[in-house]
Amino acid sequence: MADPSGFLKYHRQGPARRPIPLRLRDWNEVYEPFDEQDTRSQAARCMDCGIPFCHQGCPLGNIIPEWNDLVRTGKWVEASDRLHATNNFPEFTGRLCPAPCEAACVLGIGDEPVAIKLVEQEIADHAITAGFGLTPRPAELSTGRSVAVIGSGPAGLAAAQQLARAGHAVTVYERDARIGGLMRYGIPEFKMARDVLDRRLAQMAAEGVTFVAGCAVGIDLTVEQLQDDYDAVVIATGSTVPRELTVDGRDLDGVYLAMDYLVQQNQVLEGTRGAVEISAEGKNVIIIGGGDTGADCYGTALRQQAKSVTQLDIHVMPPTTRDQSTPWPTYPLMLRISAAHEEGGERVFGVNSTSIEGTDGHVSGLHLVEGRRIPGGFIPTEGTDFHLDADLILIALGFVGPEKPGLLDGLGVQISGRGTIVRDPNYMTSVPGVFVAGDAGRGQSLIVWAIAEGRSAAAGVDAYLAGSSFLPDPLEPTAVAMR
Amino acid sequence: MQYSATPAPQGLYDPQFERDACGVAAVADIKGRRSHSIVNDGVTALINLDHRGAAGADPAVGDGAGILIQVPDELFRGAVDFPLPVSPDQRHGEAYAVGVGFLPADPAARIRAKQIVTEIVTEEGLQLLGWRTVPTDPIWSGVGQMALDVMPAFEQLFLAGPARSDGTLPSGLDLDRIIYPARKRIEHETVDVLGDSGGIYFASLSSRTIVYKGMLTTAQLPAFFADITDERTTSAIAIVHSRFSTNTFPAWPLAHPFRYIAHNGEINTVRGNRNRMRAREAMLASTLIPGDLARAFPICTPGASDSASFDEVLELLHLGGRTLPHAVLMMIPEAWENDATMDPALRGFAEFHASLIEPWDGPACVTFTDGTVLGAVLDRNGLRPGRWWLTTDDTVVLASEAGVLPIPPEKVLERGRLQPGRMFLVDTDQGRILNDTEVKEELAAEQPYRDWVHAGLMRLTDLPPREHVTVSHRSVLARQKIFGYTEEELRVLITPMAASGAEGIGSMGTDTPEAVLSTRPRLIFDYFSQLFAQVTNPPLDAIREAVVTSLSSVIGPEENLLEPGPWSCRQIVLPFPVLDNDDLAKLMGMNADGNLPGFASATISGLFDVHGGAAALAGAIERCRIETDEAIAGGARVIMLSDRHSTADRAPIPSLLLTSAVHQHLVRQKSRTKVALVVESGDAREVHHVALLLGYGAGAVNPYLVLESAEDLAGRGLLGDVTPHKAVKNTVYALGKGVLKVMSKMGISTVGSYRAAQVFAVFGINNDVLDEYFTGSTTRTGGTGLATIAGDVAQRHALAFVPNPRTLEHRGLEIGGQYQWRREGEIHLFNPETVYLLQHSTRSKQERVFRRYTEAVDNLSREGGTLRGLFDLVVNEGRSVPLDEVEPASEIVKRFVTGAMSYGSISIEAHETLAIAMNRLGGKSNTGEGGEDVDRLLDPVRRSAIKQVASGRFGVTSAFLVNAREIQIKMAQGAKPGEGGQLPGHKVYPWIAATRNATAGVGLISPPPHHDIYSIEDLKQLIHDLRNANPAADVSVKLVSVPGVGTVAAGVTKAHADKVIVAGNDGGTGAAALTSLKHTGQPWELGLAETQQTLRLNRLREQVKVQVDGGLKTPRDVIVAALLGAEEFGFSTAPLVVAGCVMMRVCHLDTCPVGIATQNPVLRERYTGTPEFVETFFLYLAEQVREYLAALGFRSMAEAIGHAERLDVSHAIALHRARGLDLAPLLEIPDVDSDYSCTHPAQHDLSKTLDAKLIVLAKPALQDARGVHIDLPIRNVDRTAGTMLGSEVTRVFGPDGLPDHTIDVDLTGTAGQSLGAFLPRGVSITLLGDANDYVGKGLSGGRIIVRPDENSPSQAPGVKTQVIAGNTIGYGATSGEIYLRGRVGERFAVRNSGALMVTEGSGDHACEYMTGGRVVILGRTGRNVGAGMSGGIAYLLDPEPAKVNPELVDLEALDPDEVFWLGEVISAHAKLTGSRIAAALLADWPIAAVRFSRVMPRDYKRVLELRAEAAARGLDADEMIMEASHG
Repeated sequence: MADPSGFLKYHRQGPARRPIPLRLRDWNEVYEPFDEQDTRSQAARCMDCGIPFCHQGCPLGNIIPEWNDLVRTGKWVEASDRLHATNNFPEFTGRLCPAPCEAACVLGIGDEPVAIKLVEQEIADHAITAGFGLTPRPAELSTGRSVAVIGSGPAGLAAAQQLARAGHAVTVYERDARIGGLMRYGIPEFKMARDVLDRRLAQMAAEGVTFVAGCAVGIDLTVEQLQDDYDAVVIATGSTVPRELTVDGRDLDGVYLAMDYLVQQNQVLEGTRGAVEISAEGKNVIIIGGGDTGADCYGTALRQQAKSVTQLDIHVMPPTTRDQSTPWPTYPLMLRISAAHEEGGERVFGVNSTSIEGTDGHVSGLHLVEGRRIPGGFIPTEGTDFHLDADLILIALGFVGPEKPGLLDGLGVQISGRGTIVRDPNYMTSVPGVFVAGDAGRGQSLIVWAIAEGRSAAAGVDAYLAGSSFLPDPLEPTAVAMR
Repeated sequence: MQYSATPAPQGLYDPQFERDACGVAAVADIKGRRSHSIVNDGVTALINLDHRGAAGADPAVGDGAGILIQVPDELFRGAVDFPLPVSPDQRHGEAYAVGVGFLPADPAARIRAKQIVTEIVTEEGLQLLGWRTVPTDPIWSGVGQMALDVMPAFEQLFLAGPARSDGTLPSGLDLDRIIYPARKRIEHETVDVLGDSGGIYFASLSSRTIVYKGMLTTAQLPAFFADITDERTTSAIAIVHSRFSTNTFPAWPLAHPFRYIAHNGEINTVRGNRNRMRAREAMLASTLIPGDLARAFPICTPGASDSASFDEVLELLHLGGRTLPHAVLMMIPEAWENDATMDPALRGFAEFHASLIEPWDGPACVTFTDGTVLGAVLDRNGLRPGRWWLTTDDTVVLASEAGVLPIPPEKVLERGRLQPGRMFLVDTDQGRILNDTEVKEELAAEQPYRDWVHAGLMRLTDLPPREHVTVSHRSVLARQKIFGYTEEELRVLITPMAASGAEGIGSMGTDTPEAVLSTRPRLIFDYFSQLFAQVTNPPLDAIREAVVTSLSSVIGPEENLLEPGPWSCRQIVLPFPVLDNDDLAKLMGMNADGNLPGFASATISGLFDVHGGAAALAGAIERCRIETDEAIAGGARVIMLSDRHSTADRAPIPSLLLTSAVHQHLVRQKSRTKVALVVESGDAREVHHVALLLGYGAGAVNPYLVLESAEDLAGRGLLGDVTPHKAVKNTVYALGKGVLKVMSKMGISTVGSYRAAQVFAVFGINNDVLDEYFTGSTTRTGGTGLATIAGDVAQRHALAFVPNPRTLEHRGLEIGGQYQWRREGEIHLFNPETVYLLQHSTRSKQERVFRRYTEAVDNLSREGGTLRGLFDLVVNEGRSVPLDEVEPASEIVKRFVTGAMSYGSISIEAHETLAIAMNRLGGKSNTGEGGEDVDRLLDPVRRSAIKQVASGRFGVTSAFLVNAREIQIKMAQGAKPGEGGQLPGHKVYPWIAATRNATAGVGLISPPPHHDIYSIEDLKQLIHDLRNANPAADVSVKLVSVPGVGTVAAGVTKAHADKVIVAGNDGGTGAAALTSLKHTGQPWELGLAETQQTLRLNRLREQVKVQVDGGLKTPRDVIVAALLGAEEFGFSTAPLVVAGCVMMRVCHLDTCPVGIATQNPVLRERYTGTPEFVETFFLYLAEQVREYLAALGFRSMAEAIGHAERLDVSHAIALHRARGLDLAPLLEIPDVDSDYSCTHPAQHDLSKTLDAKLIVLAKPALQDARGVHIDLPIRNVDRTAGTMLGSEVTRVFGPDGLPDHTIDVDLTGTAGQSLGAFLPRGVSITLLGDANDYVGKGLSGGRIIVRPDENSPSQAPGVKTQVIAGNTIGYGATSGEIYLRGRVGERFAVRNSGALMVTEGSGDHACEYMTGGRVVILGRTGRNVGAGMSGGIAYLLDPEPAKVNPELVDLEALDPDEVFWLGEVISAHAKLTGSRIAAALLADWPIAAVRFSRVMPRDYKRVLELRAEAAARGLDADEMIMEASHG
């Protein structure tokens, strides 16, 4: 039982972010360490609700009240077990998840929600530091079946770990040079240090997962070979086709997709690239797109010592508190200020780009208009055109779906009208034995959805291979966040 | 049933649920002089008890009346034309036996039946002297048609015994012993041959006594049986009885008296008692009753009433050699177990007999006679009233109430009352009254019982200890999986027990599927729900009245009940029904050395082949039965049924199934009493489970796995600093105490009688399984079978033996989700989505979103979330009507009410939100049990239309009642039927205290029972009281759904309620132990359908409204309820959710984060609800209800009510688990001429009451506040005197009433019950004479004085203090004064919160639950003074410390200023009553003052001190108090 009045004793509190001048000088994680006793006090704010909306708000179904209470009482081992019971990679989600659980927290109705994400990360990190968090847990018997997981993002890794523990021989394929997908190359270091990922991969390797990097399945390994070699396949290639900007001047030099920009910096930091080709240093940087990827570019550009950084958002500035169109416990429409946003630069809301201006084939500025976003379009406000200087424009407008050439075309999986891979309730595609997990099936989404999909798809694969499965199955493929 | 119009079981109606209660009286000449006047007096007393009986839809059909007298020899000699032998000792019985036979009305059948009698009589060697047609006059007496239709023919059979060798004939008791087997044979064999309709029933057949009885009203009885009024009918003893049955179906044999007794009360444990008697039959033998006793079997006639069974066993014990008082004391022992002061000899007697036979437990006033003695005894808790008078001409009158015979005061020598567990006995041989001690001491001295007990009984505590075995976490975990333990159970159920020794508490009811509807594997325990006392008997307070309870019991082999000796108690005493592993080892190892062969044990392994399904399960059970038989044959006397040692292939048989299966088998084999059954159970892990195991036959339970789990939790440091050893002790204690609470809900006080009593309802298991393994438990709705049970075991088992455990890495046990919603857990109707949609839609006023809500809930319902989800509406397109022809939503919302949630349990903001919304809509909100502030009371916008009267009576004043549209009596609440409640001190904020007439910071207790309702006739009285308190308001009675609730509802209707509320188990918002929350009561669908059917069968439906309540959430719920028969609909949880509730389920913690279930001002700031939201909810709801009505073709709700044919259950079959569930009985519509809804509300005529006169006489006061003085006589039939007058005063002058002494009423005589109930300020009643129960109930400022007539010899100087009034005086009084010159009964000043009450002696439990006011007792008290007393002060003269319950109070010396105050009070008492005791004390005051001590509640004292300190320091007292109580 939780401390029934913990929430009356303690206020919400989190770790401090390091001083801005300091953190702009390195690529290390933004947050300071948090005191264990304070973590326990934060966990004590949990009210152990009869209906834990957080537990529903979390796509993984993290049993948040239970581990909160275990943290409150200092039972870290048990807390870690309860956390890992639903989440293969809490150290990732603790850093990277936008915490729909906190949006759903009952305490958030009339107070600040419980710092769930903080507690999650502290449990995960504590478990790793204390040595039990990443203990390999290899299957005790082998089923003799093999599974290929294509893509090493969170969905693929989660599926792989689950299937390996169920006794299947799992091989994870990654077309990039190293395993990790978006988590390795898309996420800036200041949000999650790379060794967090590497330690988890080491555990999985010790559990028997084979990693094959630098292999684009469908090209380097033929689809026929794949299907011959494996009893089942899980496609977890993500949603990687970027949404393009369709204005004049898009082809100018200095206009790049966000992912191209972010990957380079990450490669430099991990030492596989000497220097970045696309640098923000000394430049006026404009980021088109108000989302998280945009914010990642924002922080990266500031660290590269850009002259100015401006992030554009087509939506008008949301309220600073929950908008009434998104009542509790739904994920709220509200102004979010990420760590990067407080480090400098500027955010401009309610604008749409009309054209990119160039000089000598190189970008020099951006023409904009104010207006109102409507479904499927934008209504400009007359006479509000304006112009911004720009030396580097980064397009962060999200992704429209998985890439079809190669693997998907080769397998011949059915694609939905939304451009995603069609799957049945067990995550199996139109091709028997071929499953899909994560953004490739769902469309672009959050890391927690990806992990949840990976877990459920694993259950589907296991049942397919073994007739039935004891693996947890947290998510129906059609499940969506409450609205 | 014989000679009865009781319908056969149909639909959900089952006659086995019929209950009754009554008034009883007896008259005797203590010198044994026979006269007709004794008979006449009996009849007069009976007629004066008429109000305790009842009549049905037809007032001419009474529920039964009868009389038991000595055989009127003179009459018979004159009336028969055959010679009757003469007895040598007529005082002790005739030489012939005679009795009124109920014979078939059909002449041919009658002739055949009489032929059988002749044959049997001949076979038995008896002489058939002749038959006499009993003169009856059904026409003139006015017997109603229904009774006439099933009336038997009445003939008296005269028998004589075989002549002895000396030629004499046996007479009296000797003859009765000879006759006995013959009568039993006649009754059994005529039914065997001729069927129920042709069988002969003998009201009695004895040489000593004769019974005349029938389905008559009290007034009809003497007119019907001419013998009764015949002057030749003389007797020295007469017992009369007026019955109140819950039904309207006449059944002639059910009338009392029976052959030896008349019973007022109910035997709660009768099923177990009967089973045990059946099992004992194998051992029964008597040298006194000639021939093989087996021909009299079964002792207990199947299908007979509880009273009849009691009488039959009593008869056996008596004829088998005990005196009647001895036999009665065996069956209704006093509460000896916890009485340290008891005389050792008496204790030996009690303990010895406890080894022979378990108590027949339940509220009882049993009056008995064998023709020589007349006695009466009350149950151990004194739950029925009984008063007696001795007159100067040696007549004793004993009755349920005072004043049944008009005895002039100058003839009254002594007045007394029956006392709990005490016997009152008139011995006409000795010609005197014997007191309890005398009777018992004499009996105890007959044998060296103490020595026998000392030598015979083995006490567990005396056995050598065993080594404790500690089990590894891994092993515990593995077995937890096998038994399907969940993480939630560890956290929610087991942790609280292990950590603190108490069960976990929850709130907000339950909204998960019934076991049979669940798609997950469920434990078999989940199919059973605990029964609870409701109206026809009271629950107990096992905490505050622990003195009457006992968890100790004896187990082990029994011997012949009729030949007791030292060998009879060679048994094992278990102090507790739950055994830890070490105790179990002791028990099983008793004969390890072979030196105690009488206690040899055997273990039966309860495992089955998990892959073999139902067949393997059935086979394994059969094997266990055979092995048990073999073990018994081999000498084992302790059998352990064990489910240990599962393997991958062998899984445990559910322990309940195994236990009951073996128990029932042994009962059938009649070998059950040879052995003790001990259960070693891994699956039992909560109180409910242990209760079930005991309730279905286990002698003791060792729930080893929950104990090992507790030990493991502690060992892993999950219980703080609780050690493993302590965790086990705590868990054992919590389970045992929890069982006590479960027992007490049903009103059962000892585990000995609870054992095998089967007081559970079953839902969802089919009758094949029940008949075979749970014989006696039945269901009307079918259910699942062994295949599902075996399948569920297999599913759990599979998870424990997962081939690759890493698949479930990081996962220990299943998550659970029964108590708190979990994604992987059981479905809940309120889940994140539905709560969100409901709040969002009503707050943003989006009907579209509201439809998403109703659709989501209805879908969950269909998935098994509710029973109603299984029903489909039968929509016939052709019959639909246009929507605009359907009555508007504004009409429909008037049928909506919100549930009873007290101000105190919820905040003022939330409470007013609901009230304002309902007032605006024209619906009704409910105060709950917490009173209402005066400013709200008088504000039509903010007050609640329904005022609730619950057991605590908080804030129930005259003004509260006068300002009601409806007054609701809460008999039970859905969350925890059969239980009381408690508001801990830290939640009694100053504003709550003010509303409840209580003290801030001092806890408040709501008792489990209403202390003025122990039976149906008591309820009738309370309804009468409340109607007098506000003649304009409807009086409703809230019941909880349970099999038999329909029958209770019929009884409630006959008790003149205007409305019956049937609540389901699923609703409920209050805090309750999780066991109660989950495992008590049934879905309302069952209770409502049963109520509708039963009311219609009884032709009572048109008189009474029916409201349903419990988890209603959607329009579909409303329409289903309407079609099943509801005309009003109660909502609690849903409107609370609308107001902001998010189902935290922490209401009991005062930490509600949305400001609803809290008084904390900080949290109340967070409240977001408004009345508009709630209005929107109900209007949306009503709009959708209209759509359903239109589709079904109804233009109004009224048209839809009761049309169950428009529901269809075929969908139910689709649900996998629901297969076998037969819901068709819910939809049955009895083919009787009775309406579907309340079309002819009963009219209540109060114009003939005494108060109608009082109001006329008090006109000057009522009009102009002028003083009036009224002088009137009063009789016992004048009940609730002064109350209606008081209600007029309050109506006209408001809550403050009138100045003192504006209306002075002087009454002379014996007042009926509830004298001066709710009397407001300004009215004084002075009664010269005596009074009955409930004087000054709810006293609201008025004054009541009762003083005896000085001319009565009972008041002569030197005579001890006489009884002046009955039980439960001043219950819930809030202000005013009561002065009683004389002693009173049990529970004096119970729940007093502000009145001053003076008496001169009291019974048990004085000042119980008192929260305020002052009490002065100038004489002896009974036991348990001040139990649950949290406030007020009681002053006792010469107190006996042992009589005070020390839990909450201290006995202290008085402060000097109190001495002065007390002197003033005593002199007022002296002045007002003429009290000699008071005068004597005052003569020597203040020296006499030293003889007083005060009973001071500790919390109250602390608060008073804080108040004083605050005053001294100039601080705010309330703030200081609340600060202190929040620690």
